[in-house]
Amino acid sequence: MKSYVSPEYIVERDQDRCIRCKVCVNQCSYDTHYYDEEDDILHSRNENCVNCQRCATFCPTQAITIRENPNHYRSNANWTQEAIVGIKKQAETGGVVLTGMGCDKPNLTYWDRLLLNASQVTNPSIDPLREPMELRTYIGSKPDKLDLEMVEGNGVVLKTKLAPQLRLETPIMFSAMSYGSISLNVHKSLARAASEAGTFYNTGEGGLEKSLYKYGDHVIVQVASGRFGVHPDYLDAGAAIEIKIGQGAKPGIGGHLPGEKVSAEISKTRMIPLGTDALSPAPQHDIYSIEDLRQLIYALKEATDYTKPVFVKIAAVHNSAAIASGIVRAGADAVVLDGVRGGTGAAPRIIRDNVGIPIEMALASVDQRLRDEGIRNQASVIAAGGFRSSADVLKAIALGADAVYIATAALVSLGCTVCQKCYTGKCPWGIATTDLWLTKRINPDIGAKRLAGLLRGWSLEIMEMMGGMGINAIESVRGNRLLLRGVGLTDTELKILGVRMVGE
Amino acid sequence: MVVKDVINNIPENLIIKKNVAMIDATGVYYRDLNSLLRSLDGNGIEKIEICNVYGQRYIGTDLDGHIKIDVYGTPGNDLGAFMKGANITVHGNVQDACGNTMDHGQIVVHGRAGDLVGHSMRGGKIFIRDDAGYRVGIHMKEYLDKRPTIVIGGTAQDFLGEYMAGGVLVVLGLNMKEKVHNARFVGTGMHGGTMYIRGEVRHLGEEVEVTDLKEEDYRVLKSLVDEYCSYYGLDAEKILESKFNKLIPVSSRPYGNLYAY
Repeated sequence: MKSYVSPEYIVERDQDRCIRCKVCVNQCSYDTHYYDEEDDILHSRNENCVNCQRCATFCPTQAITIRENPNHYRSNANWTQEAIVGIKKQAETGGVVLTGMGCDKPNLTYWDRLLLNASQVTNPSIDPLREPMELRTYIGSKPDKLDLEMVEGNGVVLKTKLAPQLRLETPIMFSAMSYGSISLNVHKSLARAASEAGTFYNTGEGGLEKSLYKYGDHVIVQVASGRFGVHPDYLDAGAAIEIKIGQGAKPGIGGHLPGEKVSAEISKTRMIPLGTDALSPAPQHDIYSIEDLRQLIYALKEATDYTKPVFVKIAAVHNSAAIASGIVRAGADAVVLDGVRGGTGAAPRIIRDNVGIPIEMALASVDQRLRDEGIRNQASVIAAGGFRSSADVLKAIALGADAVYIATAALVSLGCTVCQKCYTGKCPWGIATTDLWLTKRINPDIGAKRLAGLLRGWSLEIMEMMGGMGINAIESVRGNRLLLRGVGLTDTELKILGVRMVGE
Repeated sequence: MVVKDVINNIPENLIIKKNVAMIDATGVYYRDLNSLLRSLDGNGIEKIEICNVYGQRYIGTDLDGHIKIDVYGTPGNDLGAFMKGANITVHGNVQDACGNTMDHGQIVVHGRAGDLVGHSMRGGKIFIRDDAGYRVGIHMKEYLDKRPTIVIGGTAQDFLGEYMAGGVLVVLGLNMKEKVHNARFVGTGMHGGTMYIRGEVRHLGEEVEVTDLKEEDYRVLKSLVDEYCSYYGLDAEKILESKFNKLIPVSSRPYGNLYAY
């Protein structure tokens, strides 16, 4: 069947600049460029181009420009290009339209309509370069009260037995991305950067590759519905365990790693045969209720002798606050909320863009609900879902998060350009692929440096913003909504966010 | 006695004779019971007998050695969850999720089982003498020499072997009231492993194919039925005389063409 879908992008090559080095041919994993020996000229197959910018970045003479195809259908605010192309593709394949990364629709971001405060006159600001500033925080269940005892010669001693805690030197962790959806070299980069920066990286649902066990003190191991690579040694290896119920990019649905991606290495870590589909069911079949969730939380606590915090991750949905309350009461040490803009290696576009709610609203309502019920101390709250900058992070903490998870931003620091084609497994940047030829494009030494650079940069910025507000500890920002003001928001939105209007 | 050195205060409900420990679990909270099991594990104790078990969960979880445990009574949910090597015999029925995500070891039940027997099981063996509930063997998976095995003596309910990705699941259909296994959606989403079912199944999932057993299948089946019968004092030859059906997945990639790229 002839496809009626036109190429999305046009590759333009400045023939005066082109030196026929064929770097573009080698770099493109979508087979967009080819060399015509007879005429000694390079051509492009526009229909293959995904605009990942790999060729343009590596072209030594900057001869390549990728442009959006100007051949748009007639402008129509209702029948958008995306809507029309989607229908044509489905008519031709009869399939579900897949996409990668987080929701790309406008008007779902509240961070840009929240502004931070700064001290002027009445409360001195702090200069973080010369004065102590603390970004350290602890993730885990905090006691209702502390029992102290005077011991002769030892002063005051803490009698209360504390629940296991994770110590974060900066309130930013790397969110779950499975080995399989991303490469081993990316996992290595994340593990090393997390160890170096005193934070944590999350395995996702694909198990922990043997060579990464040594980073265990900085690893959160995930237990999801497919239970891939989950065994006692894996649970023992991590510093914390995360039960994945849902993901912001695809709330309520499962997923699968297609057989093509289940290479020899992936099959070893997931512990499934080569080339079979790795199916992650939509529910965890041992969890049909909050009581069942409690059963799995405590199964994992029993399996690790109560030495590790257990997180429960859910997608931000309409009744997140009530669910979060149940999760805390089920015994979780941390609740992870993943908002509608959270990324994915593959999700149906219709789900990604239409299911779930923005993290800002979910976070504010969960924090408030847990406070109202007097159980906020019993679990940490971790926010996730499309954090683009340190300002987003700090605003999330002011709305009530103990820490945040970043994943898309981490991949962007490694080279990702958010082309949204992760599901093809052909990532030209060597990130969302298991193709051994492509995965070499990420050097873990350099990758770890880039990730650590990102964490350092954001941490410095957070300290600057905190200093400006006259605050010297991140824990004083947590849930401190007076530090925020809203702009361009309705009364209801402000009420849910628990934030006043600018000028108020 | 090594154990006495480790457990400073031997609780009243624990008796140790040579390398056998006996626990009276009457009214003992599951956390305390499992903590006691942990302290006995790896300390020269080879066998633990637990009496008066009434619903305590997670028995067998987080025990390192190949310790033998005899459970008298009814253990609670998640018996042997994430288990890595213990050998449990239950003299009674078991509740839900017995052998949940089990890695290694063995569970022999002298009675019946609830739902989710061997959920996501990766290795080891489970034998249930009588019937089992819904979703037995859901998503069990194998890799190289790790091949989980479940044998159900009676029948099992709907979604038997759902998403099955590896391993062997045997249902013997002993003492069935009806002529066919009443389960529906057997093997829905199956994409690996093998089921051997004695007798006919009422309703199969779309991803399953029924075939006849080959010589190799009879060899595997015979050794499992022999083992099953050895635990319960039954006649294997008589069971093997009846017709078995072999259920295998149609494809290892059941959902390969769902998407528009």
